[in-house]
Amino acid sequence: MASPSLMDSLFQRSLDDIIKGLRHQQSTESTFISKVIEEIRREIKTTDLQTKSTALQKLTYLNSIHSIDMSWASFHAIECISSPAFAHKKIGYLAISQSFNESTPVILLISNQLRKDLNSGNEFEVNLALDCLSRIGTVDLCRDLTSEVFTLMSTSKVFVRKKAVGVVFRLFEKYPDAVRVCFKRLVESLESSDSQILSAVVGVFCELASKDPRSYLPLAPEFYRILVGSRNNWVLIKVLKIFANLAPLEPRLAKRVVEPICDHLRKTGAKSMVFECIRTVATSFTEYESAVKLAAVKIREFLLEDDPNLKYLGLHGLSIMAPKHLWAVLENKDIVIQSLSDEDPNIKLESLCLLMAMVSESNVVEICRVLVNYALKSDLEFCNEILGSILSTCCQNVYEIITDFDWYVSLLGEMSRIPHCQKGEEIENQLIDIGMRVKDVRPELVRVGHHLLIDPALLGNPYLHRMLSAAAWVCGEYVEFSGNPVELLEALLQPRTSLLPSSIRTVYMQSAFKVLFFCVCTYIEQKEDMTLEVSDLTSKGECSESSDLASAKAPVECDQDEGFNPRNSSQSYEDPSVVNGGPGHVSTSAFMEEKSFTRESIVKLVNLMELSMCPLSGSYDVEIQERARNALGFIELVKQDILSRLLRKEANSESEDVCASKIVEWLHDAFYEELGPVSITAQERVLIPDELVLKQNLADLEAICGNVELTSSCSFSLRSPYYGESAGVSFSNHQVEEDSEPSTEATSLLTEHRRRHELYYLPSEKNETITTANDYAPATITIANDYPPANYLSSGINTNDDSQDLVTLTNQSLLPKRKPNYAKPRPVVVKLDEGDAAPVTAKKPEVKDDLLSGAIRDILNEAKSASSQSNPSDKSSIKKKGKEKLNVDLSDSKEDLAVREQPNPENPSSRRSKHRGHGKEKSKKSQEKKDGAGREDGGEKGKQKSRNRNGKHKTRQRADAPSNVAAQTPAIPDFLL
Amino acid sequence: MIKAVLVINTQGKPRLTKFYGFLTVEKQQELIRSVFGVLCSRAEKVSNFMEVDSIFGPDSRLVYKHYATLYFIFVFDSSENELAMLDLIQVFVETLDKCFRNVCELDIVFNYNKLHSILDEIISGGQVLETSSTEIMRAVEEISKCSLPPSPPSLPPSVMSESASNSISLVPKTVSGWRSR
Repeated sequence: MASPSLMDSLFQRSLDDIIKGLRHQQSTESTFISKVIEEIRREIKTTDLQTKSTALQKLTYLNSIHSIDMSWASFHAIECISSPAFAHKKIGYLAISQSFNESTPVILLISNQLRKDLNSGNEFEVNLALDCLSRIGTVDLCRDLTSEVFTLMSTSKVFVRKKAVGVVFRLFEKYPDAVRVCFKRLVESLESSDSQILSAVVGVFCELASKDPRSYLPLAPEFYRILVGSRNNWVLIKVLKIFANLAPLEPRLAKRVVEPICDHLRKTGAKSMVFECIRTVATSFTEYESAVKLAAVKIREFLLEDDPNLKYLGLHGLSIMAPKHLWAVLENKDIVIQSLSDEDPNIKLESLCLLMAMVSESNVVEICRVLVNYALKSDLEFCNEILGSILSTCCQNVYEIITDFDWYVSLLGEMSRIPHCQKGEEIENQLIDIGMRVKDVRPELVRVGHHLLIDPALLGNPYLHRMLSAAAWVCGEYVEFSGNPVELLEALLQPRTSLLPSSIRTVYMQSAFKVLFFCVCTYIEQKEDMTLEVSDLTSKGECSESSDLASAKAPVECDQDEGFNPRNSSQSYEDPSVVNGGPGHVSTSAFMEEKSFTRESIVKLVNLMELSMCPLSGSYDVEIQERARNALGFIELVKQDILSRLLRKEANSESEDVCASKIVEWLHDAFYEELGPVSITAQERVLIPDELVLKQNLADLEAICGNVELTSSCSFSLRSPYYGESAGVSFSNHQVEEDSEPSTEATSLLTEHRRRHELYYLPSEKNETITTANDYAPATITIANDYPPANYLSSGINTNDDSQDLVTLTNQSLLPKRKPNYAKPRPVVVKLDEGDAAPVTAKKPEVKDDLLSGAIRDILNEAKSASSQSNPSDKSSIKKKGKEKLNVDLSDSKEDLAVREQPNPENPSSRRSKHRGHGKEKSKKSQEKKDGAGREDGGEKGKQKSRNRNGKHKTRQRADAPSNVAAQTPAIPDFLL
Repeated sequence: MIKAVLVINTQGKPRLTKFYGFLTVEKQQELIRSVFGVLCSRAEKVSNFMEVDSIFGPDSRLVYKHYATLYFIFVFDSSENELAMLDLIQVFVETLDKCFRNVCELDIVFNYNKLHSILDEIISGGQVLETSSTEIMRAVEEISKCSLPPSPPSLPPSVMSESASNSISLVPKTVSGWRSR
């Protein structure tokens, strides 16, 4: 031995040394580890296996505890397992099962060593190899080692055999053809008297059946025998899980099995078993009233336990039951509601879930009211859970359970004001969605939005920004329902909007633009009416003249102000609201009284808008800048008109009047198009134009423009190509012209574009300039005292009161007798066709391992056809008999007598030896049959077989009736016996 | 099927990790960190279940038990029963207790290999194969006998049995081995 390696091995540090070292050198852990790794890299190259394995052991430790990469040592691990010493092997196998995966290049090299160890005389070595195979088995490994595992499955050593059985699952999963070799023996193991083996094999079948239950239906009699006969809870739990998967496929099986399950449920003392029975009944035996009732009783017992685990599981069981048996939840509603204030988060969540399951049209209002109050007092996380579940429950099936949308919209508003609320995005979606779908609720929507917008406190909560954006959009879009557009405009332009991220700010600006436009529009229309009553106009004009002139000067001043310090935008912000604070109120009240705009008020509005927009026209954010310029262009246009009108008030020239009203009319067209919900499948329904070639391969294009789709409809934007300085008339004219001829098809595009671009701008960076508290002038805002977050907690109320409240509430409202009193009929909710809800992805349990299930069906069929080969009748009858045979075979231990009486052409007493025989013949046969009809028939087999068994069993059923309780009801076709 | 067995101490240091499907070390680290993040925020005397679909993917459940300074954590899917898994943790800890006579965190820190031997007897490839702690003990003891180094060291047997609570693969050539002699 070379001296360095001798030195290495003499002074090598053991794993213990490393652990101690790590414990004592906490501060420099990483340097210590890298030093150790260096050592390991040196040591592991030695030829001395002792040193090598110790190095590997250290590396394995560091890998699992300190997440050090060890993939580089995979070859050394293989060297270790080839050592004759068990200790080295053990270290090597641990390293391999921890670090190897399908893509490890050297994995194929272990195949031979594994085979050697599987054949070893030392059972512990065999076990190491089996363990390893069960962790890392690849297709190749499984294929190569199937026969070894097969041999081990019948070894006399239980210790090895159970592991071999366990490995079978991995074999089947990776290499379905292993089924041909091992399946028979696996099925035979079901009859094992050893509980360890039985537990292992049932575990394997449980895994298999959860993936593809149908293939294992023929084995139902075996499982049934275990279900009735076994006393081992581990085994029983697994069998219950198997039946939970099988029962829904075959109603007769369910009928047969439900009674034994109920027996277990009644008798067993183990909670795990009780719960498994409950779960099985709740998932797969929902049609059996008595079983469900029994399960409900047991659930109630769980609910009354003090142990939080049992209580949680009880609630969980209830929620499994809820969809089909709501009565079980209603029966326990007092406990459910109490659990809402439990300290355990799991229990709270589960009870919330159940509570939402109880919500119906008639009680949604009350439950939501109480829950929202409850959310106010909950911690942040649970509060949002509550809000989230209210939101998701209420919007189900296009707001199915909501009749009173006014209430719901105001609830949404209320939710936003809860201090912990972080559901801004969801509320945003619903506000807009409802706005588009439900026409009747728009006035209320605008009212709620108005209140939200006007509250400066909400602007400070970044979670609510999305919701505010929706509110702004709604108010802008449906401004015609607003009771007070002036105040609305002031809210949209309030200084604290600078706290918003720019993407949302743009929505605010656009909405403000719409509101302003609406006001001007109304004013012009109104004035046109009034020109008929000239006398009225003149008197009005005269009395308001002076004030108009005064306020008209304001913008000029401000413009100058802006000119002086153009960068100091925050200051020039606060000016307008302060300046306009007083007059704002006046104009507001004036508006309220007269329900119309005076020239004075409209000029004031225009000025306010101009003042707010001016500083923004120089914003760094292009979207903001663009919108500001749009607005300014419009203002320029309108102001000229209005001012000139003012100057020559009585002799208003025809031409200018036409100009203004024309512009307004055009713009009106642009804004008037109503937005509606868009079906998810709308795109698909567009007919493909003839000249469009879709088949052409554009794959390389994809790389170039990933986001092409987003910009596709940009041709009809309000955007002007001129961004520059010319925010003047020409610019606006251009824009107006562009927009003034919306052809019918274009309007839909326009609609689409607006929808996208107002709300779904790509989020840009937040540029929040924090304004000081004085910045927002309370004068414009009627509820200016709201700064402390809305709905601040009054400390006196405790949660118990509340849950009490809920109890009493639900007592009244959950009872089905109480009919919902429709104060008003449910408004029309626009629904699109099937495409409205997201396309339901049918969650069919995908048969992933087709190969595996195919193979298993083959085997099961084979066994049958083989056993009745002597019968030269047509194919189908062979199959049927074969199946029959297998079932008889498997359940023979109990039903020997009955079987003998059965008119089966074969002699049942000889079946056992035959059965074994097939096992050996099978591999031969499988080759013959590989291409045969067995596989094809597999699918229909299940039904066919049961039908035919059904017929045959009638006779037998009578025979064994006395011995079996469940068979006493003669009308029940017996699936199992 | 069991997906993972973890033992983490109350400071978030992993003491034993075993994942029954291959994961990269980075992923393992991330999972451990997020599990611990949730665990340490939970109060005492609440239920032993945790919602982990967000961490381990769909159809994942987690039960844990808190013993002294350690969390014992089992992650599994819908083919296992939650309460049975709690029992299994109990079996695991009982076995450790028998093995080390009043097991404490240090035993677990220093007996990395033995821990794996025990766990491998209980669970193989994600399947529960043994639930009786006496059976497990028997197997583990036989394995330790097997694991004695091939060339019997000069270490007297009494010393060996004394240090049985230390690593089963005590390598006599190591520095500490030298010192102890």
